[in-house]
Amino acid sequence: MIALSHYLIVAAILFSISVAGIFINRKNIIILLMSVELMLLAVNLNFIAFSYYLNDTAGQIFVFFILTVAAAEAAIGLAILIVLFRKRHSINVDDISGMKG
Amino acid sequence: MENLFLTIVLAPLVGSVLAGLFGKQIGRKASHWVTISGVALSCALSFYVMKLFLIDGMATYNESVYTWLVSDGIKFEIGFLVDKLTAIMLVVVTFVSLMVHIYTIGYMHDDPGYQRFFSYIALFTFSMLMLVMANNFLQLFFGWEAVGLVSYLLIGFWYTRETAIFANLKAFLVNRVGDFGFLLGIAAVLMYTGSLDYATVFEKVPSLVGETMQIFPGMEWSVLTVICILLFIGAMGKSAQVPLHVWLPDSMEGPTPISALIHAATMVTAGIFMVSRMSPIFELSTTALGFVLFIGAVTALFMGFLGLVQHDIKRVVAYSTLSQLGYMTVALGASAYSAAIFHLMTHAFFKALLFLAAGAVIIAMHHEQDMRKMGGLRKYMPITYWTSLVGSLALIGFPGFAGFFSKDTIIEAVHASTQLDHATWIHNFAYIAVLAGVFITALYSFRMFFLVFHGKERMDEHTREHLHECKAVVTVPLILLAIPSVFAGYLLGDVVMGDYFGAAIYVADAHNVIAGLAADFHGPLGFVLHGMQGPAFWLAMGGLFSAWFIYMKRPSIADWFQDKLGFLHTLFENKYYMDDLFINVFAGGGRLLGKGLWKQGDVNVIDGLIVNGSAAAINWFAGVVRVVQTGYLYHYAFVMIVGLLGLLSWFVWWGA
Repeated sequence: MIALSHYLIVAAILFSISVAGIFINRKNIIILLMSVELMLLAVNLNFIAFSYYLNDTAGQIFVFFILTVAAAEAAIGLAILIVLFRKRHSINVDDISGMKG
Repeated sequence: MENLFLTIVLAPLVGSVLAGLFGKQIGRKASHWVTISGVALSCALSFYVMKLFLIDGMATYNESVYTWLVSDGIKFEIGFLVDKLTAIMLVVVTFVSLMVHIYTIGYMHDDPGYQRFFSYIALFTFSMLMLVMANNFLQLFFGWEAVGLVSYLLIGFWYTRETAIFANLKAFLVNRVGDFGFLLGIAAVLMYTGSLDYATVFEKVPSLVGETMQIFPGMEWSVLTVICILLFIGAMGKSAQVPLHVWLPDSMEGPTPISALIHAATMVTAGIFMVSRMSPIFELSTTALGFVLFIGAVTALFMGFLGLVQHDIKRVVAYSTLSQLGYMTVALGASAYSAAIFHLMTHAFFKALLFLAAGAVIIAMHHEQDMRKMGGLRKYMPITYWTSLVGSLALIGFPGFAGFFSKDTIIEAVHASTQLDHATWIHNFAYIAVLAGVFITALYSFRMFFLVFHGKERMDEHTREHLHECKAVVTVPLILLAIPSVFAGYLLGDVVMGDYFGAAIYVADAHNVIAGLAADFHGPLGFVLHGMQGPAFWLAMGGLFSAWFIYMKRPSIADWFQDKLGFLHTLFENKYYMDDLFINVFAGGGRLLGKGLWKQGDVNVIDGLIVNGSAAAINWFAGVVRVVQTGYLYHYAFVMIVGLLGLLSWFVWWGA
């Protein structure tokens, strides 16, 4: 029997990996987007696990919404990425520091 | 009656405004015509007022014409108090002013500021008339400041000259010191009597006797003494008494007609007039009278010495003015107000005459004022010569001339005051000072006279060829002024010894020295004969003779004196170092203080600390905070996560 805690642990690991991906990654903005996506998936996993164990479908419906938004977000993020690359000829994270004070 | 007085005051103002604002449009000729006719009208009406008093026996006029404002029960009004004291001032001011106006046509003939000049002197006449006709302290103060303003404008008339600008600023600043005292005096009067009106104030002051006030904690001062001394400080500024005299010699930078009108005949006598007008207050404080007497005596004697070493013809006359103002002040201090006013009147005539004669000499010499380059002008300028002689004789108090009567009365009055109950060492000192002053006056007056009109002709060839007597507009005023310089003295019996002033001047019985003199007075002739037995006459003759001997007979004596008494000569040459003292200590101290406040207060504290300091602090703080803003996305994300973690931890452990 797979307990709720197992799911939660997997989700937490996924989430931690994505956070680490955001922090450690210095090279590629695409990896950043992927990490964000992974983060959302970790959250989704939590929703589904809870929904199953609590017998409440609202969690699963929420996941649909999140997936939809994530898809839209990925589309927009990639579009911005392309524009950025055209302008700077680089998608290196370290090169993007326009907001430096 | 009101219209008459308004016309006297406003006629010169109308002339001044026309010449001042529309001078360019109406031209030079019209400018002097409007101002002269304005002043001439005033002069004629002043004589008419005099006639009303003397022949028709008019009563004192004291009415308010216009109420400016009423604040807390205190009325600020424009009004006229015309009594016999005012009448005599009206006649003197308008007559001398008229003479100077006419003379100016000749003196300023080629000056580009011709209209401006006429506008100023007419404005001066207006201000002076406001001053003498005032029936309240506010109007007195208005006139007081207005004449000071015009004096400032006229000393700096030739505003491109650096010395003129220095002189007019100096005059203004020194007068400000006096005016500050004057204003405090007026404030004290208002505080203790609750009124600015002369009549009300004079009615109330006797009740202030014995009342004291504390200026510094623990020191009781008599209110009346404080009021009198404060008012007199104002008079010291305007009437150029030691130590506020320093502006008057420098004021000679202005055109000569101004020196005659403002800085000899009228404005500088405003202080004398004011103290006489305030006689009901001054009579109540013997301490204040002693102070007045002391200042006057110092001025009369020590300013005379300075006249001995001057080479500038106008400066000699200026120092003699200072000395004569000292005589008037001495008379005030000895409670001989009528004698002071009488000397004011005769002095106005003969000193204006002397100044205008000096101006005529300056015109003839092509604006050369150094007496060492003159000499022997007698044969070139006979009218100037004779009128100057009259003026000089009047000044030294030669028997029969106007100055003799007025000055001898003052000396006699001071002598009598040494016998009074309240007499102190000051009275004795004043008596010695005025006697010694007679000798000095004769010495410097005739030194100037001989150096200018007699002896070798020391001017250069070119000037000598062009020497000639001036035009009629210059000589006629000289002659017209020479007449009262001789004959005004014969009014002595009526003005001083008689009861001319009546209630206009109040003298306490215990101080009344004039009454004693009047008892011995048997007509002008008797006065002359009596005077010729007194020490003053012989001192004057001694001075005259010394001047003749030193400067005509044996010029080597002057050099000998200069050699042997070099330190005295240096002292006089430097005017007792008072100018240096004022310029270095007070003006220098003021500048130092200002510079310190500027450098420390303004530049360092306000600009440096407050304005730039706050900006710099924010700049520094922003510099520190800016380091946080790296611009890298993952740093922001990190902070977000940490923040989220923090919030969650808080929520889990302490929250809910």
